[in-house]
Amino acid sequence: MRLIAEKLSGERGGQPVFADVDFSLGAGEAVTVTGPNGSGKSTLLRVVAGLLAVAGGKVRLEGGGEAFPTVASAAHYLGHLNAMKPTLSVAENLAFWRDFSGDADMGVGEALETVGLGAIDHLPFGYLSTGQKRRAAIARLLVSRRPLWLLDEPTSGLDARSAQQFTALMERHRAGGGMILAATHLPLGLAGVAELRMGELGYA
Amino acid sequence: MPATTTPALRADPPRKGEGKVRALFLRELKLATRAGGGALTGVLFFLAVVATMPFALGPDLNLLARIGPAVLWIGALLASLLGLDRLFQADREDGSLDLLVMSSDRHMLALTVLTKCLAHWTASVLPLVIAAPVLGLVLNMEPVAIGATALTLLVGTPAIAFVGAAGAAVAVSLPRGGLLVSVLVLPLAIPVLIFGVSASYAAVNEPDPFLPPFLILAALTMFLAVIGPAAAALALRYSAD
Repeated sequence: MRLIAEKLSGERGGQPVFADVDFSLGAGEAVTVTGPNGSGKSTLLRVVAGLLAVAGGKVRLEGGGEAFPTVASAAHYLGHLNAMKPTLSVAENLAFWRDFSGDADMGVGEALETVGLGAIDHLPFGYLSTGQKRRAAIARLLVSRRPLWLLDEPTSGLDARSAQQFTALMERHRAGGGMILAATHLPLGLAGVAELRMGELGYA
Repeated sequence: MPATTTPALRADPPRKGEGKVRALFLRELKLATRAGGGALTGVLFFLAVVATMPFALGPDLNLLARIGPAVLWIGALLASLLGLDRLFQADREDGSLDLLVMSSDRHMLALTVLTKCLAHWTASVLPLVIAAPVLGLVLNMEPVAIGATALTLLVGTPAIAFVGAAGAAVAVSLPRGGLLVSVLVLPLAIPVLIFGVSASYAAVNEPDPFLPPFLILAALTMFLAVIGPAAAALALRYSAD
């Protein structure tokens, strides 16, 4: 399986944000997207996820087969927002995404143990701290199987230990043949990643 | 790196979407009935509108009985427009909407919208249909008229939710889109109101047949069950930013 972007351009509100970005991502590989604020890191991820229209070029998934015909169907998207409901408990939130996304992988309890939230799975999501909310959102990546992880500042709000644990999770995902495209300011601690530097087009 | 997948990453054969639909439906019901969900707002508004009507019209029991079905229908129409603007906005604010839109490659976005509409109807509008017969008594309506109005409400109000979904999807990115949604939706909901009320009246006014307007009402609901979610899905796809 391979994610390929060719001469990809993106815009927001008619304003070009990045242009002619090329990268390719194979099984077990990771690419970090870096660059100053406004250089189009988040826009790139949203274009790849299919949430924003492609302004130019193309992005495609090769070898996805019948199970993953498009990039969006093969991807987990972890954006700035955690996509959890404050009034539902952490476990309820996670169980919903597990049932809704399909391709169940880890159990809800196991995933919450993995991110260190096992003891507070019954609390409403709204009661958690910023870092705990982020960890619950990370647990969503674990409960259903997707080969491609699109991560937008995944470690924002995490303390050093949680960030390390998340690095281990990402390495495990790669070891299983997964792909990671992560926009970040902070080093993620991944071994052997390619870096895609944005903002060298003068738009930033 | 070879472009092969390990067994760990091979997806299950595509399952039927029933489990997903059920999961979404149950989540929406839970959200509507938990604190701040707003499921009761509609029925309380309905009670308030209908209960104040006799005070405004005075103690003319015949007049109340005559306009009863129309009052119930107008109350139900306005009450079911309440809360429609939040149908997608809440999901947009917490990022869930992105994931719902992304999942449309696996199961149709229109089906997701339809599920949300049905959950919204069950949580916010069905209680109002159940309350309608009680309010019919307050309005001095005949038992037949009460039964007919409740039946037309049961069949007709889902159509308002389906049209409302399209309006809510168009206005999803507007922070104060509430009134706009009502204004967008109201003209499209007028046919539902017309046939709902005329079927209710036909049940008590002897020469008029009940079945033709009632069947048109049912047809409207089924038609809008297809058109509404499809239009909403299109609007959601292109409103992402």
